[in-house]
Amino acid sequence: MSDEEIERLAPELNNILGWVEQLGEVNTDGIEPLTAVIDQKLRLREDKVTAGHIRDEVLANAPDAEHGFFAVPKVIE
Amino acid sequence: MGELTRLSIVELRDGIRSREFSAREVAEGYNEAVAEARGLNAYVVETPEDALAAADAADSGKATGPLAGIPLGIKDLFATRGVDTTAGSRILKDFKPPYESTVVANLRKAGAGMLGKLNMDEFAMGSSNETSAHGPVISPWRRKDGSNAALTPGGSSGGSAAAVAAGIAPGVTGTDTGGSIRQPAAFTGICGIKPTYGRCSRWGIVSFASSLDQAGPMARTVRDCAILLGAMAGFDAQDSTSLDSPVPDWEAGLSSDLKGKRVGIPKEYRIDGVPGDINALWDKGIEWLKDAGATPVEISLPHTKYALPTYYIIAPAEASSNLARYDGVRYGMRVPGEGSLDAMYEATRAAGFGAEVKRRIMIGTYVLSAGFYDAYFTKAQKVRALIKRDFAKAFEQCDVILTPTAPSAAFGIGEKSDDPIAMYLNDVFAVPASLAGLPAMSVPGGLDKQGLPLGLHLIGREMDEQGVLNAALAIEERAGFTARAEKWW
Repeated sequence: MSDEEIERLAPELNNILGWVEQLGEVNTDGIEPLTAVIDQKLRLREDKVTAGHIRDEVLANAPDAEHGFFAVPKVIE
Repeated sequence: MGELTRLSIVELRDGIRSREFSAREVAEGYNEAVAEARGLNAYVVETPEDALAAADAADSGKATGPLAGIPLGIKDLFATRGVDTTAGSRILKDFKPPYESTVVANLRKAGAGMLGKLNMDEFAMGSSNETSAHGPVISPWRRKDGSNAALTPGGSSGGSAAAVAAGIAPGVTGTDTGGSIRQPAAFTGICGIKPTYGRCSRWGIVSFASSLDQAGPMARTVRDCAILLGAMAGFDAQDSTSLDSPVPDWEAGLSSDLKGKRVGIPKEYRIDGVPGDINALWDKGIEWLKDAGATPVEISLPHTKYALPTYYIIAPAEASSNLARYDGVRYGMRVPGEGSLDAMYEATRAAGFGAEVKRRIMIGTYVLSAGFYDAYFTKAQKVRALIKRDFAKAFEQCDVILTPTAPSAAFGIGEKSDDPIAMYLNDVFAVPASLAGLPAMSVPGGLDKQGLPLGLHLIGREMDEQGVLNAALAIEERAGFTARAEKWW
């Protein structure tokens, strides 16, 4: 972010954080945090490839792809 | 052709089946209307050939599904194979998914075609469509004061809402994380339903806040919404939170006879600063439901005032995690930066994300950071549990809840963009049902003094879309809402 953006954003973030802090008023003693909004068990699936062999499709949207891989700026000197 | 674009989906379906007119005539009529309405900025991509191909399949008898030959608009948050899917963001410029989202695939299986992709707030973060990288959608509605001021169609499904209201799609997909289907439906005088969390697969929908995101239809009538939702919903093994339960025939189950039903009126939803028109419409809504045989009961949802602050911790937290995938490596935009990988990430995100998205990523990262996690995120999840419990208790006393959809009619573009919290307050009535995962719907109730549409909001029990649709139908039949935006575009 540019300095200009930070200058504008800082008071906005402070306002938003000040506003959400009203949750402090709520008594949540003994309340379990909600983890699943609709009660259901996570399913397990069979351990098998369901959508393999599509390398070219996977790479089709990459800004830079070479030799069948995603290309990134050099990370090792 | 003008006439065909005024028909409901039910009328189109029946007319195509009985060969009163061809699906091709319908698609051509809509393609023409879409091209004429570019000034609204509702569509970001037009796909006329797609609509024509589905129409021809219906006319030749190859497609026979419940939506055979019906052309629809698709919110740009849904991945569409080979067609740009930008989620309203610069960072996904030119992204062409190699796969189809489950909801769109389901609609295609039902025989529907696609008119194009609909504009939206960036990553669905906004209530006015002003955060879109494609520029704001202009509502087809105008105030009666003669000023011709450009109004927002609401958001984030603003392009979707404007398209239905302007008659440039008979029905559309929307998504709702904290009101993004219902608030724009209310602002534009149309219907929109967010089903129970998990009814529609999230697979192929660009993620915003995964525990809240839910797809749903928007259309001119309650019956049209029932038909569309029936085609969109269903179990999908590719979405781990998809509900593995049968999809009822909601259209067949429609009945506006509410004898024996109790309608909850939450006293905490009478808040200060809401215009008299809206509270008056709410009272009218109670009368209409009474007329349909229901009994109103006052209920209490004591944690209502904490729903928005809870939402603005949970949604940004999930967003900051979801949006970490935009790294300039696998898809989307890349800005090289100063040579290193880190510099590339930074430069890409700086250029790719808009101001509201950056704001929410910052908030989300902050509330999830080690020192503040419990104080903000865990606290919000606890309050969310209390909000869900409020609804569970209320539904011991009532079968469906009636409230206004939004605390105001549509506002002007630019009127609230300088004050994030004022913008967030737009969803004060919509967010609690999202946090509790409940089905909820907006149905048009009337016009305010400025001639702008106002919506009524129905919230149902988990899995009881039918109860919501039926109460909405009872209101629709009594409200007699026939107003349309006068064509100026």
